Amino acid sequence: MSRYRVYVTLKPSLLDPAGRAIGDSLRTLGFSNVRDVRIGKLIELSLEDGNQEQVEEMCRKLLSNPVIERFDIEEDST
Amino acid sequence: MWHRETSLQGFDAVVIPGGFTYGDYLRGGAIAALAPILSEVRRFAENGLPVLGICNGFQILTEAHILPGALVRNSGRKFVCRKIAVTPHNTDSFWTEGCKGVLHMPVAHNEGRYIADEETLERLEQERRVAFIYCSEEGEPTDEANPNGSAANIAGILNDRGNVLGLMPHPERVVAELLGGTDGRSILERLSDA
Repeated sequence: MSRYRVYVTLKPSLLDPAGRAIGDSLRTLGFSNVRDVRIGKLIELSLEDGNQEQVEEMCRKLLSNPVIERFDIEEDST
Repeated sequence: MWHRETSLQGFDAVVIPGGFTYGDYLRGGAIAALAPILSEVRRFAENGLPVLGICNGFQILTEAHILPGALVRNSGRKFVCRKIAVTPHNTDSFWTEGCKGVLHMPVAHNEGRYIADEETLERLEQERRVAFIYCSEEGEPTDEANPNGSAANIAGILNDRGNVLGLMPHPERVVAELLGGTDGRSILERLSDA
C-alpha cells in the first residue's frame, strides 16, 4: 500500500475570498501581523500499487482544476 | 435523462439545469463533469447541436472542458441571490439570436465569478464568444452591476461554434409574469427551433 498527500491550492494570482475573511477574523482576534491567508485542500490517498505518475494524472483529471489551482504531491513513507 | 445514461439518441437539444451536483465536492460541477452522460454531451456539442448550461450547468460545462475558463467563489464573499441585469454581447448564435436590450434574470450562486487567463479572455472577445455581460439599467458594464467579480463582467459564454451556451443567470425562472418576468423566454423559446 502506498500513501500520498495531495495539496490543492488556488493559484497565487487568484483572489481567495474565504482566505481573506479568515485573515480579517485573525486580525480581529489580535493577530495584527497576519498579512495573508490562503485556503487549500489536503487529499489523502491510499493506493494499491500506485505511483507518482498515476497521482499526477488524478490531479489533472479530477482532484484539481488546472485553470485555477496548482497541486503538490507528497509520498507518505511512514 | 438520467446522469448514468450513455446515449442522447433522439434528442434535439440538451439543457443542463442549475442546482447542485454530487455535493459539488472538490469544485462546483467537478464530479458531474465525469458522469457517464457527459461524454455523450461532449459529442453532441461537437456535432454542433444546441447545448445550454445554466448556473451549475455552466460550471459542469467548464469542468468538462466543453467551455473554457472556470467559475470560482464570488469576490464579495457572499452567496448572491437577486435579480440582475445582463445584455447580450453576441446575438448571432443559436441561443442568443432572440435577445436584445437589457434582460433581467435572477442569479443564485456562490461560485459564479467567471475567470480565465488573459489569452482566453482575449480570444473570447475577438471570436465574439462572450454571450452576456452584467450591466447597469442603461446597458453599461459597470463594476456596480457585476454581482460576483467576473472578469470583463462576463455572465455567459459560447463555445467556438456558437452552439453551446453557458450562463450563470437563470432564464428558466423568468418565463411568466407570475414568476416576476418573462425575459428568460428570449433564450428558452429558441428550443422550439432546435
